[in-house]
Parts: sequence; structure tokens; C-alpha cells
Amino acid sequence: MKIILQQAEYEKMIKQARAEFPHECCGLLAGQKAEDHIEIQMIFPMVNVDGSSEHFTMDPKEQFAVVKKVRNAGLQLIGNYHSHPYTPSRPSGEDIRLAHDPDFLYGILSLEHSETPVLHFFYIHSPTKVTKLEIEIKR
Amino acid sequence: MKVQINGQEKELAGPLTVEELLKVENVKMPEMVSVEINGEILDREQFSEVIVKEDDEIEFLYFMGGGACGLY
Repeated sequence: MKIILQQAEYEKMIKQARAEFPHECCGLLAGQKAEDHIEIQMIFPMVNVDGSSEHFTMDPKEQFAVVKKVRNAGLQLIGNYHSHPYTPSRPSGEDIRLAHDPDFLYGILSLEHSETPVLHFFYIHSPTKVTKLEIEIKR
Repeated sequence: MKVQINGQEKELAGPLTVEELLKVENVKMPEMVSVEINGEILDREQFSEVIVKEDDEIEFLYFMGGGACGLY
């Protein structure tokens, strides 16, 4: 399964992560699913109500509002993302514990090396089954 | 009884509570789900009390959170 992300949305995500540094940023991913790939067409930056460098929590009220925007745009809600300000782009124990939906895509943007952000997407099925997906940034 | 669940029209049998609806819809880990009915977010304690009505617009969402805590 390959993930295709629009360049403009990728840059928007990096800009958000840098703006909210040293806190974790978070958001939702919207797009279309095909048999062999998922195209992320829009990202929706969300408020991290924890305001923390080590945790994020989305506000359900904001989530419900964005879900309706996604639906009205004719897109599907396909996942979420958050940043790791100081650590690598891989799921922490907490990320795995709180990944409730095995069909959801989980994006993690690392700012560990601030000049060269690293983004990976994962499917998280269980603590022992985490799959890193191929990613293509589409210009 | 006709309702909308996550934007899709559904036919439900009989009156049922939100808690029962989550079971009928096979929602895993319902304790981690937020529910909105007609634009109002329910407290979790209300799940066993609120009865779903004809034409209700219902949304389910999983709690979303995580973070780098403990990662090196």
C-alpha cells in the first residue's frame, strides 16, 4: 500500500509542526482510498489540547466539525497525524496503545533533526503489528 | 426507524439507547468513542440513558491522542 501526499499539504504539515514546536502538533487526513494506494488530498490541522511536547489529544468538538467538512468535500477521513518534536518518526508505546482503529492511517512527523523533517505513515494493528507504508510526495 | 449514522442513512429496529446502538454497529472499544447526536456531544454517562429517535443524526468518533512519551 502506497501513500500519496500532495506536496502543498506536506509543506503545510511541516509549517504547522514548526510553528507549534516545542509542542506536538496534530491533525486529520482526508482523501481517497484505492485498492493499492491512498491519496491524501487535504490535511486539517487541529488543536492539541494537551499543549505538550510528549502528548497530544484532539478536541472531539473540533473533530466532529472537521469530519463534516471532509464529508462535504466529497472526501473520506483516512487518518491522523502528529509531530514528535524531539524523537524519531515511529510510534511510541502511547501511540500504539491509543491507536483504536486498525483501518486508520497514522502519520508521524519527526522534527528530531529540525532542518530535515521525517514523515512516515503507519498502520497500527497491535503492539506487535505495526506496518510502515511507502510514501510519495506528489508535486 | 430511520436515522443517519456518520452521514449514512440507516434503518434501525426498535427504540434503543446509544450504548445499545454502539453494540449493534459493532463499535469496538465503545469506551473510547465520542458520540454526537443532532450536533450535541454526549457525556459518556449518557450513553446508557439517551434513546435514539427517528431522524436523529448520529456521529461516532474514536478518541484521538498519543504522543512521543517514552520514545527515545
